[in-house]
Amino acid sequence: MTFPPAGESGMSADERESARQPSQLANPIIAALEPAVMPRPEGERRLELRHISKAFGGVHVLKDVSMDLGSSEVIGLLGDNGAGKSTLIKIITGVHRPDAGEILFGGRRVEGLTVQKARGLGVETVYQERALADQLPLWRNIFMGRAVGGPLGFLKVGDMRRMTAKLMSESMGFTSAVLTPNTVVKGLSGGERQGLAIVRALHFQADIIILDEPTMGLSLRETEKLLQFVEGIRTAGKSAIFIDHNIFHVYSVADRIVVLDRGRVAGQFPTSRYSLDELLSIMREVATGGAFTEQERYRPAAGLPGAATGASEDHA
Amino acid sequence: MNPGVATKRSPRPRSALTAFTTSWASQIGITVAFLALWLSFIVLAPNTFLSDRIYLAFAQTVPYSVAIVALFLTMVIIAGDIDLSFPSEMALGMVGFVFTWQATGSVELGVLAALGVGALAGLFNGLVVTYIGIPALVATIGSWYLFRGLTLVLVNGKSYALVATSTAPSYDLLVGKLGGVIPMEFVWLLILAVVAWFLLNRHRLGQNAYVIGDNRLAAGLMGIPIRRTRIALFVLTGMAAALAGVMTSLQIVNFYPTMGDGFQLPTLAAVFVGGTSVFGGRGTIYGTVIGAFMIGGIQAGIVAVGLTDYYTNMIYGAVILAAVSVHALLQRRFE
Ligand SMILES: Nc1ncnc2c1ncn2[C@@H]1O[C@H](COP(=O)(O)OP(=O)(O)OP(=O)(O)O)[C@@H](O)[C@H]1O
Ligand SMILES: [Mg+2]
Repeated sequence: MTFPPAGESGMSADERESARQPSQLANPIIAALEPAVMPRPEGERRLELRHISKAFGGVHVLKDVSMDLGSSEVIGLLGDNGAGKSTLIKIITGVHRPDAGEILFGGRRVEGLTVQKARGLGVETVYQERALADQLPLWRNIFMGRAVGGPLGFLKVGDMRRMTAKLMSESMGFTSAVLTPNTVVKGLSGGERQGLAIVRALHFQADIIILDEPTMGLSLRETEKLLQFVEGIRTAGKSAIFIDHNIFHVYSVADRIVVLDRGRVAGQFPTSRYSLDELLSIMREVATGGAFTEQERYRPAAGLPGAATGASEDHA
Repeated sequence: MNPGVATKRSPRPRSALTAFTTSWASQIGITVAFLALWLSFIVLAPNTFLSDRIYLAFAQTVPYSVAIVALFLTMVIIAGDIDLSFPSEMALGMVGFVFTWQATGSVELGVLAALGVGALAGLFNGLVVTYIGIPALVATIGSWYLFRGLTLVLVNGKSYALVATSTAPSYDLLVGKLGGVIPMEFVWLLILAVVAWFLLNRHRLGQNAYVIGDNRLAAGLMGIPIRRTRIALFVLTGMAAALAGVMTSLQIVNFYPTMGDGFQLPTLAAVFVGGTSVFGGRGTIYGTVIGAFMIGGIQAGIVAVGLTDYYTNMIYGAVILAAVSVHALLQRRFE
């Protein structure tokens, strides 16, 4: 998969920003999603994870993971299959309880995080599983878990249908007349489902948008639009965590790349200081031995097996 | 997981029929099946099926024997569960009625007690299913026995004559005749069908039930209160069963502790004939009401047509299979 402007090594975030051409492609899935929200003050720590551990039936999936996410920051999360990326984001979204560690939103520690709470705190997620209900109409999928209704729980179905229709034409690029808010999801193409899941996450004006392999199943064009959108998240002063197996995608949008290796943070790499080539070779090293030589100050001081070994490459 | 796996765009041509959802197809399908059955009864037994007497009889018996419970059972099944214990909930609710009525002399309090007991029985089902995690099919087989056993123990296996209830104003309200003609059971069915329709289609409860039944994993990821929703649906079904139990007993002015068991399969059949998916996520109140009257009408129809009772089961089976086949075929056609 080729990826236009960010492919060259050593470009700073600003250079990448200016190198990017606005897409002229009409009618893609992720069109015109300009988040219209006031930017937050710089430097605020929107989310902090401290010493998070999680095991499933004795298998330690996450081990002492610490990470933070600032305002207007996009973090790319990289790691092999089974590294624990999805588990980590499900801890942030309240799906899983961590066995140990704490989670802070805007500097405040949150206990007993649930999905509802996390959504209330401004976290919206495109899950790897997409989390769509096949037999239900589009509007019920968009408002899943967030139905618009009165105090007694009765739904404002008309409002939700109207908002869905608006989202469909303005954001999803669903211009086909036979697709209505009442169409069931089952007949949608892979890209359309993806668009639905993404638009759903973006609709609720979230401060933290988490995208778990969002480019899976998207065409080249749609992928590019999505990446542009992720850039837009930063511009709007919001934050994002972006998971993708394609390091080119991640590199092109992330301010910082966090590498997970078998449940541990293997290192954190600001894209302003690491070239794509350097990152590629770091990833290769992580994949082959879990050892790497990165001297980055973001790196947690302890608990990294092999981190201190003076191996070959000198990136910094 | 792999970026390579997924780039699949379906080349399926999309016709206007895609927007015409399976739900509509299925409601039209069941309506056609219902009309076909009805017409064949009219043709085969015109004397019976062209007089209003048989319809007034249906309007009285179908609600308490099938339809009222089926409305709420539909929601339980849409959410991906099932409740087989409702016949025993009918009887257990009646224990609440009988004890309260005997103690206070009030039919009204008796009805409230029955509803309360039904709600508790439903709560028990819901808790067992969601917190212990037993599949509803298995759990409610267990609670069917449990509630029935509890009923038999509590009343010592005795029947109760309820003739004295028939002077109470609420007796007429529940099983009397509106304007001396229309059975109140039917009026209640209409009211409850509207309530159930609103809950299912215009309320959070129904929205959540559909999502949970369609994709429980997604429901969890999107923060839908899965346990609370499932429990609430069991509670509603328990209350509906208790109400149906009260109506049945008041209608025959007698309560016997084994009541309700004859209603179990017909009620389940009505839900499935109405197009509700056994896998959850799909079903309508309209379909269930039609299904209930189809199932409820067959027995009378068979007798009226002049067949012996021996044919009943065969025809039940044929109608049920034909109706669910229609749903299955429509499902394939529109997807
Ligand atoms: N609910 C669960 N119960 C048991 N094990 C789980 C559960 N969820 C994840 N795991 C295990 O945890 C490990 C990490 O899974 P996770 O989905 O977080 O990986 P990932 O980094 O997202 O991988 P991929 O890139 O393939 O999506 C895997 O070994 C997985 O089998
Ligand atoms: Mg994953």
